[in-house]
Order: sequence, then structure tokens, then C-alpha cells
Amino acid sequence: MGIRFILMVNKQGQTRLAQYYEYLTLEERRALEGEIVRKCLARNEQQCSFVEHRTYKIVYRRYASLFFLVGVDNGENELAILEFIHLLVETMDRHFGNVCELDIMFHLEKAHFMLEEMVMNGCIVETSKANILTPIQLMDKAS
Amino acid sequence: MKEFIIRLVYVEMLGHDASFGYIHAVKMTHDDSLLLKRTGYLAVTLFLNEDHDLIILIVNTIQKDLKSDNYLVVCAALNAVCKLINEETIPAVLPQVVELLGHSKEAVRKKAIMALHRFYQRSPSSVMHLVSNFRKLCDNDPGVMGATLCPLFDLIAVDANSYKDLVISFVSILKQVAERRLPKTYDYHQMPAPFIQIRLLKILALLGSGDRQASENMYTVVGDIFRKCDSTSNIGNAVLYECICCVSSIYPNPKLLEAAADVISRFLKSDSHNLKYMGIDALSRLIKISPEIAEQHQLAVIDCLEDPDDTLKRKTFELLYRMTKSSNVEVIVDRMIDYMISINDNHYKTEIASRCVELAEQFAPSNHWFIQTMNKVFEHAGDLVNSKVAHNLMRLIAEGFGEDDDTADCQLRSSAVESYLRIIGEPKLPSAFLQVICWVLGEYGTAGGKYSASYITGKLCDVAEAHSSNDTVKAYAVTALMKVYAFEIAAGRKVDMLPECQSLIEELSASHSTDLQQRAYELQAVVTLDAHAVEIIMPSDASCEDIEVDKNLSFLDSYVERSLEQGAQPYIPENERSGMINICNFRSQDQHDTSTHTLRFEAYELPKTSAPPRISPVSLAPSTELVPVPEPSYPVETHHVASVPSVSDTGSTELRLRLDGVQKKWGRPTYSSPASSSSDSTSLKAVNGVTQSDVSSTSTSRTRDSSYDSRSAQGEISSEKKKLAASLFGGPSKTEKRPSSTSHKVARSTSPAVEKSQGPKAVASSTTGVVSEKAAPLQPPPDLLDLGEPTVTSSAPSVDPFKQLEGLLDPTQATSAANYGAVDNTKAADIMSVYSEFPTSGQSSVIANPLPTNAGDANLIPGLSTTNKTGHAKGPNPRDALEKDALVRQMGVTPMSQNPNLFRDLLG
Repeated sequence: MGIRFILMVNKQGQTRLAQYYEYLTLEERRALEGEIVRKCLARNEQQCSFVEHRTYKIVYRRYASLFFLVGVDNGENELAILEFIHLLVETMDRHFGNVCELDIMFHLEKAHFMLEEMVMNGCIVETSKANILTPIQLMDKAS
Repeated sequence: MKEFIIRLVYVEMLGHDASFGYIHAVKMTHDDSLLLKRTGYLAVTLFLNEDHDLIILIVNTIQKDLKSDNYLVVCAALNAVCKLINEETIPAVLPQVVELLGHSKEAVRKKAIMALHRFYQRSPSSVMHLVSNFRKLCDNDPGVMGATLCPLFDLIAVDANSYKDLVISFVSILKQVAERRLPKTYDYHQMPAPFIQIRLLKILALLGSGDRQASENMYTVVGDIFRKCDSTSNIGNAVLYECICCVSSIYPNPKLLEAAADVISRFLKSDSHNLKYMGIDALSRLIKISPEIAEQHQLAVIDCLEDPDDTLKRKTFELLYRMTKSSNVEVIVDRMIDYMISINDNHYKTEIASRCVELAEQFAPSNHWFIQTMNKVFEHAGDLVNSKVAHNLMRLIAEGFGEDDDTADCQLRSSAVESYLRIIGEPKLPSAFLQVICWVLGEYGTAGGKYSASYITGKLCDVAEAHSSNDTVKAYAVTALMKVYAFEIAAGRKVDMLPECQSLIEELSASHSTDLQQRAYELQAVVTLDAHAVEIIMPSDASCEDIEVDKNLSFLDSYVERSLEQGAQPYIPENERSGMINICNFRSQDQHDTSTHTLRFEAYELPKTSAPPRISPVSLAPSTELVPVPEPSYPVETHHVASVPSVSDTGSTELRLRLDGVQKKWGRPTYSSPASSSSDSTSLKAVNGVTQSDVSSTSTSRTRDSSYDSRSAQGEISSEKKKLAASLFGGPSKTEKRPSSTSHKVARSTSPAVEKSQGPKAVASSTTGVVSEKAAPLQPPPDLLDLGEPTVTSSAPSVDPFKQLEGLLDPTQATSAANYGAVDNTKAADIMSVYSEFPTSGQSSVIANPLPTNAGDANLIPGLSTTNKTGHAKGPNPRDALEKDALVRQMGVTPMSQNPNLFRDLLG
């Protein structure tokens, strides 16, 4: 299945975006997020960007005050996921222009739309920024 | 409205229940505005899972939207399809989704493919007839092609053989991608469509695994990618890593392996922890094919093992786990256990414990070591490991070496008994471990004649009392007591029960647990019997002797005949009786329970033709059952024969030893007969009172001979290595030859009694100094100096080993010089505290110490503990003298009498 969830969490540990590709109950999500956010925030720059947690492997990357956490299966290429996070950020950059935490907070649905274009069923399906952003721009124009 | 729905999404995201608003999200999917509709779909996919009640309201909307003219609406609906459609609703949308595969917009085709992928994940059978659609890779749009790879990957992972014909297409696509034939928009950091490349490489790895012909098609393109990849960017390295995975999975090609090894060494040498991690992972993949490449990376691997980063450490343990051989198993398992003790995460603890057990079982160099290792594992993770492991351990102790070497077996057992008697008093032992302890003490506690029965029984009673809430442990303890008494009686000695034992038994015979009650009563009964009877019931050291029980009870035939002649009703097999299924036969009770009480979804099976119990002969393999000797009464009861009465007198008549098919697990792989295949039909029950099943199935393929061979070969290769790492990569058997590879030798040889072992220790620690200087980036493993504070180790490499040696060889300097080096402030505090606890024999002149800083205080630490810090020994003589002088003055001794022993006496 590849990607199991994508989280964006700020430095204070508040979730800014959460997308799960398998169903977890609210309680499970809360517990999981708490545990992995604690684990990841405690790590420093030199340590590697991968953390094992139960059956997940978590690949994380920090941009200013925002952490991007991606939970993947064991067979996944961690380095590629790390770059996928960067691609996501580049895509958001292109849309919002120098994206920051507030952009994601106030345009949560757009961030989700981008993810919907890029990842389906836990697989990366689209990596061309133009293809990802076209439907979103069209929707903006229409409304 | 949209704002409110987004707020709701927030509410859920922050962990609060927002179910009151779900219906509004559902309503919003009906909206005409595209943005609102898509937001509605988004909210619904975030809120609901596929089995939610509201889904039924959405299916209709989805159906309508899939028909829409606006392709964005169709895309939004397909997104929702991917998240919300469950197995039951697939048929409702499937035809429309299939139709959309031919849509003119590539975005729609892509999402339709992914929707089918989702259906395949949910219920493979529903889309089986559509699988051929995935095979059409020739879509013009690279995005659609890239998406198609996802379902194809899943399909190939399940069944690679039916997709071998696609190898050529995959290879040519990969070639085109690598040659930048795709549109520029897919480039990422100057790499052409790296994510598609990675997925293609994953697919090729699956297709080429174990298939030489398919692999040969791939060599060129993979080689090309190796050459072209930009190794300075992360994404380039990601593709390179995937290439290594592919190379290690397909049929090996020397050139590619070489390229892979190059990349790995670059990864491992990199400063980035991420790359090191990937390097370790890649190494552990490649090591299966070419074990020799590990040699060049020894230091890097050790480095990663010592790294404070937990993730890296775990990955390295995984690598070690894969490269374990009989030559390095001791070092690796020791390391693993140390690490296991240090972590709290139960999930990982379980994993590493089971790995320790696995490695130890596979490669144990000696039984003694195995028992020690198992003891450690049990002590620290006993509740987390599989109970089978405990049974294996007991069996090992019972079977011994599997040869005719009785004295060695006895030694093994007595050492086990001794170690358990030592451990038994410790609080908080895991239950599984206690069971092993009780069993071993019961079986062999008095065997050596070293411990008296009353001592052993006292200990056993203590266990039973200390764990009064744990019935299993108590049961083991009572059975062990019974065995000890039985052996005593059988040996003709008079048995007098300890009072606490008596009270324990009385208490248990009124226990709520019938099992405990029964054991208690049995014990009481056994104690009253005479020696001869007891010997038959409880033969000493008979736990390995498996016994065959005639399940069909053919010895009763004459009795039955006689009864029939006297007019008794003949027995009707249970399947011939109707309406009384559950009553008489315990064997089929479980089956019938399930079949009568729950709905059955699968087809009814054909009625079984079960052999009438009285007729079939004993020797039929499927109907024989092995059960233990010593308790003939209730194994029989609890087993399948319960439908036939009066078994109590059968024990001795039909029981005979049956040893064929029983594999000797320890020692040489000797099967007493080639009948190991019969092990699935016979379930062995080993050893008294241990309820264990399927023993033989656990130990099928142990090829110990080969591992012995590889040990010697490996040893020769690694003897060239003069590195610390050699103990891991070479073998402890070689460490004597190479004093430099002392990472573990040192730890072992430095006993606390430094005075006695000063010579060897001096050598040892100086050589480690040399080593650590050679290996500049390498931190010496903590074992080297694991007696002292961690701060010591970090500064050790800077020390001149020869000075250190000097300091050690002179016993008078040992105490004083040791403290000299870079004693930083924290340690000073340490030393102070040590000092303050110390009886200074009336001397209160610390303040009057003429020496600067805390050197004087440091001196007061007794020699025993200071030698730990030999890392700092610089031995500057003038200072030394001054210090000694100060010390001497403090102690009120004249400077002339430089006797270290005196100091020691004074300081205790």
C-alpha cells in the first residue's frame, strides 16, 4: 500500500493537516499522532529523518516551524518519500507563493486537493506540478 | 457553508468528535458549485469510513456525478470512489468506472485506473475480469502510465509469473524515462521522472527475482541508471538505492554488484545519517548475495552501531541479524541483549528478543552459552517471547547433547540448576521463565546430589507463595515438588515434607483451580506410595522418552468381546448416530461447536469417513499419539481417547518407546530415522508435565555442519583484519591471535579485581588505544571500558597508549596517575560524592590539601574503582609525586612508606 498517512504538524505539536489512507478511529488517530509527534520532535538535525514506530516507518522533514510526517510501509524507499515531501512543498510553494503554516491553515481544502491529486490509495500517482495544479486553478477560476 | 465544513474538518483533526455535522458534508456534495461539491466530497472522505451508515446516501450522488460532462466533477467523484466504496457497493459504480477508462481527459483515466486499483484492494474477485485493462501500458499520457504501475505492482507482487511477458515493455519504458523522453514537467531536481523510475525498478525487482532470463533483459538499463544517476542529490540517491534493491533481488550480475557495492560504500562514508541508513539497509540486502562486501565496511557498520541515533542503530541490528554466523553469534547476540535491556518500547523489544532466540537456536556454539543467553532473554523480556521458546529451552536441558556423553549432560544440567537457584530469589521474574525454572528444578534439582531435597523444595515453595496469583507458575511448582519427592522416595530415602510445603499443598487442594487441586492431590497420593510404585509412576530423568499411546485401545478388544457376549449394546460411532453430536466424542467437539452455532459461508464439506475406533491397527501413523510417561492418568483423559472408558490400567501394557522421527536438535543433526515427515501427523509430547505440542515441527532444517565449516573459513579471511570490528565480522575464536580486536575480550577479561589482572588489562587497554587511534572516526564501544562513566570513553582516543601502559604497570602509580587526566567538573562532583561517603579514618584535612583543584579528592577513590579511568592516565611524574605527597600527608603516613596496600587498607 505504500503511504499510510500524511501529517503536517507545527513545532508545538498541533496538527495542521492529516490525511489517512487507511481507516483509524478518532481515538487511534489521536494516540498515534501524539506518539509519533513526540518521537519526531525530539530528534535533532543530525539524526536521520526516519523513525520506526510499531509497524510504520515514519519519514519526516522540517520546514521552518512545520513538520511533514509521512507514515509508510516497510517496503517503501525512505529517501524517495523524503523527496516526495519536498515535491509537495514545492508544489504548494508554486500555488501559494512561498508557502507557510498560515497558508495551509487557511486553505486547508486546497492543500488536501493537492494531496488528492498526488497520492491515491497510498500510492504516488502524479508528480508533475502542472498536472497537480491545473484542476485547482480551474476551480478557482470557476468560482 | 464551506467555511463551516472546513471548521468541522479542523475539529476532527484536532481529535474531537464532529459527527453531528457529517450530514451537512453529505448534503454539500449535492451542491451545484464545483468548489463546494469538491469540498463536500473532501469532507466526506475525511469524516467517513467505507462502512459508515451515511455512505448509502452518497452512492447515488457519486453515480450521478460520474456521468457529468464536467471532467472536474467526475474527478471529484472518482476521488470519493477511491475512499468510500466498499465491497458491497462496488457493483453500483463499477460499470461507470470502467467506462471512464476510455475518457478523453487523462486525469479522468488516471483516477479511473486508481479506482479500479482500490476495488482490487478491497475485493480482488470483483475486478478480476478487468485485470487486462491494467496491462495496457501504452497510454499516451505518462501520468496515466505512471498510475497504472501502482496496480500492476500489486498484481505482480501476488503472482509474478503471469506477467513475465511484460518485462520487455517495462524495460523499454524505464529506458525511455532514463533517456528523458518524458515531458519536462515530470523532472524533479534534474532527474527525469524519478518516482516512475523507482516504481519501475521495484516492479523489475519482483519480476527478475530468481529468473535468469528476465534478469538478463534488465542488466543494461539498470547499469545505465547506475551510471547516469546524480549522486549529489537526494533523489538521485533514492533512485540509486532502488537500483541496489533491484540488483540484489534479480539474478546476480557481477558488474552490477560491483556498481552496487561502490554506491553502498559511498552511502556509508557519507556524513548524512540518512544516507548511512540507506547504506546499511542496502548492505543488508546485498549481503545475501555477496557476503564479502561487508568486510570493507566493518568500521562504518560499527560506527552506526554505536551511533546515538536509535533508528540507525536498529537498522544496523537488522544488518547484523542477517549476517550472523556461528563465528560471530556470541558477539552479536550479546550486543542485541544489551540493547534489548536498554529499551522500553515493547513492540521492538519483542522483535529483538525473538531475533536473539532465533539466532541463538540456530548458531549456538555451546549448550552452556545457549542456556545463559536464554536466561538473559527470559529475565528481561520473558513475557514478550513466544512460549515455545521456553519449551525449547526445557527440551534442550532435558536432551542434553543428544549423544551418549552422560557426564557432559550432567554438567549442563547442574550448571542450569545452579544458575536458576541463583536467579530464583530475584523479584519480578516473568512467568514463562519461572515455569522453566520450576521445571528444571523439579527434574534435575536433586539429580547431582549437590542440593538436598529440602533445599530445593523450600525454594519451590517460595516461588509458589511469591506468585500466588499466577496459577500456571503454581502448577509448575507443585509438579516440580511432586517430582522431587518422588525421586527421593524412589531412591529409598525417607521423605519429610517441610511445614511450609505441607501448608501450601493443603491450601492448593482447596484451590479454585481444578488443575491445581488435582496436582495437589496427586502429590499427596504419590508421597504415600512405596518406592517401587513411585519409580514406575515417576521414572527419574525420563523426560525425553516419548511414549506411544494406543489411541484405539485395541488391548480392550477382548474385554469388549466379552461384554458383547454378555449382551451389552455394541458401540455405534458418533457419525452414525444422529442428533447426539456433541455428547460422546470430545475429538470433534470443537468442529461441531462452530458448525452448529455460527453461520457458515463456505460450502459444506463431504462427510468424513472416520475409522471405527476399535479396528484400525496400532501401527498406522496418523492414529498414533505420543504422550508423556509419568502421568498416565490425565494426559489420557485430556486427550482424544476420552470416549472409551477404563483406561487407568492401560499405562504399562501398551506403552513403548518410540524414538524414530524424533530429531535431535542439539549436537549433530542426527535423525534416528528418515521418518521426519511423519512429524506432522504425530504430535510429540515431550517431558513430564510440560504441555507442549508440535515440538518436532519447530526444528526441521538446521544445518549445523555447514555453519561449522563456514566458521573456519571465515576465520581465515578475517585474520588479516587488525581492526576492532573484527570480532563482529571475523569471530571470537580468532581474538586470541589478534589482541587488537578486543572489543569484547577486554570487557570480559577486566574483572573488578584489577590488582590481580593488571598485566593483561594493561595490554588490553593499550591495544584498544592503538586501535582507536587508527580508526579515527570510530568511537570505542562502551564495552571497552564499560566499568566507568560514559564521559571516559569519549576522550580515550587522545591518550597515548604507552603512557597509559606505564601508568598501569606501576602499581604505585596506578591509583594516583589514573585520576589525573582531563577530570572535568562533572566528574569532580562525582568524586566528591564518593569521597563524602567514605570513612576517612579521622583525617579532616581535605581543605588543607596543597594541591590545586580536586586532585587530592580524586586520590581518595579506592584503587579498585579508579583504574576504570585509565583512559586518562598520563603519568606526569612530577605532578604524580606531588600528589602522592599530598595524599600521604592526608593519611597521616610518612612519605617514605609508599605502600599502596596500606592505602587500600585504610580506605577500605
